[in-house]
Amino acid sequence: MADAIIRMENVNKWFGKFHVLRDINLNVAAGERIVICGPSGSGKSTLIRCINRLEEHQTGKIIVDGVELTNDLKQIETIRRDVGMVFQHFNLFPHLTVLENLTLGPIWVLKQPRKQAEANAMNYLERVRIPEQANKFPGQLSGGQQQRVAIARSLCMSPKIMLFDEPTSALDPEMVKEVLDVMVELAEESGMTMLCVTHEMGFARKVADQVIFMDQGEIIESNTPDAFFDSPQNDRTRFFLSQILS
Amino acid sequence: MAPSPSGQGIGAPPAYAQNGWTRLRAGLFSSPLNTLLTVLLAWLLLMVVPACVEWLFIKADFSAANAQECRSSGGACWAFIAEKHRLILFGTYPYDEQWRSMLAGVILIAVIVCSAIRWFWRPWLIVIWAVALTLVAVLMWGGVFGLSYVENSRWGGLPLTLILATFGIAFAFPFGLLLALGRRSRMPAVKALCVVYIELIRGVPLISLLFMSSVMLPLFLPEGFSIDKLLRAQIAIVLFAAAYIAETVRGGLQAIPKGQYEGADSLGLRYWQQMRKIILPQALRIVIPPLVGIFISLFKDTSLVVVIGIFDLTQAAKAAVADAQWRGFSVEAYLFIAVIYFVFCFSISRYSQALERRLQTGYER
Repeated sequence: MADAIIRMENVNKWFGKFHVLRDINLNVAAGERIVICGPSGSGKSTLIRCINRLEEHQTGKIIVDGVELTNDLKQIETIRRDVGMVFQHFNLFPHLTVLENLTLGPIWVLKQPRKQAEANAMNYLERVRIPEQANKFPGQLSGGQQQRVAIARSLCMSPKIMLFDEPTSALDPEMVKEVLDVMVELAEESGMTMLCVTHEMGFARKVADQVIFMDQGEIIESNTPDAFFDSPQNDRTRFFLSQILS
Repeated sequence: MAPSPSGQGIGAPPAYAQNGWTRLRAGLFSSPLNTLLTVLLAWLLLMVVPACVEWLFIKADFSAANAQECRSSGGACWAFIAEKHRLILFGTYPYDEQWRSMLAGVILIAVIVCSAIRWFWRPWLIVIWAVALTLVAVLMWGGVFGLSYVENSRWGGLPLTLILATFGIAFAFPFGLLLALGRRSRMPAVKALCVVYIELIRGVPLISLLFMSSVMLPLFLPEGFSIDKLLRAQIAIVLFAAAYIAETVRGGLQAIPKGQYEGADSLGLRYWQQMRKIILPQALRIVIPPLVGIFISLFKDTSLVVVIGIFDLTQAAKAAVADAQWRGFSVEAYLFIAVIYFVFCFSISRYSQALERRLQTGYER
């Protein structure tokens, strides 16, 4: 695929002796929405963390939006500007208000004027439905609200790609929906490229163009959601699905 | 359920505050051991407090004209302080010019107090500092505007202590920060350098650093090139304090979860932006108490410069005590400077507590 926005070719990574990623080949087209699932320890988080270089791959090639990830700091910075990430534990900055969390990147990385950054931030806070929390500190919000702030924080950087690393797994059950709603809306309205590590199969069915199943560092199966859920090809996939859907 | 007007009843915490006597008994006489300790302490206080009050105030002499008269009173001789306070406070600074030294000290204290107030935390605070330090330099050295020149070997007393402490903290703090960051650096050379520096400095007492700076350093310098003695002492203090500050700050840095770095990374912030905007503000908030501890000991440690003959507050007190005409009032002299040290250290301590409370914002739920 020539127009792929993310290209991974034979990517391998080890943590010490442990082989976390084995010969990963993955092409993501611009605007494509991909859900990655798999048992814990299968390397799915590591895979998406390699895309913005929170983890370093050891062999193979990763090309994001035409820029190859190497040790070159300039290139890493370029890629990080275009790739937003939402974490399992939000990783908001507790000493800054919600608004300051949102404007930090735009002001310091994108060099936007403060006024513009704040207006933009308020705009995104409206979209994630918590504009009234702008002047609170993250510690004063619920988990679901914090995660929505974290999504807004990434969006403020106007990224081309959004990475979600188990965005709902640290949340209390009653807050999962409010976060997923925001993510669905984002997928449907913005046409942004999204990679999401999650076990929320309802979400996968609703928005994913492609579902990827990983186990032991390998991509075992990759298919459209309907095909993936209704007629999984691989035994391991079937076993995994039977575990989480029962 | 309607809340009962007294606040008592279901849902209210159980009332336990009884009258004063019951509480006193519960606190002081609840067991034989407690009773014994209470009685012992009461006896000790009875022995010590009246005696102190008597010596400090009742029998003290505030206005004796000479030492002989003062000794006969049997109490503290505050007349000695009245006689010697200018020597203690200003050291060997020329007597007629001591107003300059005092003014410099007042300016220094004023600008430090200003810096502690949030309203002044604006960019122009730097300008205020620049102006204040220029004024202090002009006043202390003189040589311009008709002020006579006073070389810095004659500076002394409280203003000198303040200068050593202020510059000590002002330079040791940023240097310590860099060392702390360096010690956590991924670059092996930088890291090794910082580790070696910190461990070396922490391995020697400040006194030996001061000796080295005053005795050994000149040996290494080329002929005819000398650094002023005061400056050498100042440098030794900065180098020493920086190592301790570095280790304290490193403790704070280690308390910051990895997710904060990753959050910052994912936004594309550069290393220095991350440190300045995200990591250091949080790390420093955590280490305020030990950091202030270091500042306080730095303030007191400036008194160690007496060993290389610099005339700070402590040395000036020693000089006052050494006067043959006023022999034997060292307790008064040292009490006097102890009170001065205490006022400054206690103020720093109180300020740090207030600062901690103010920076709690957002952490309570």
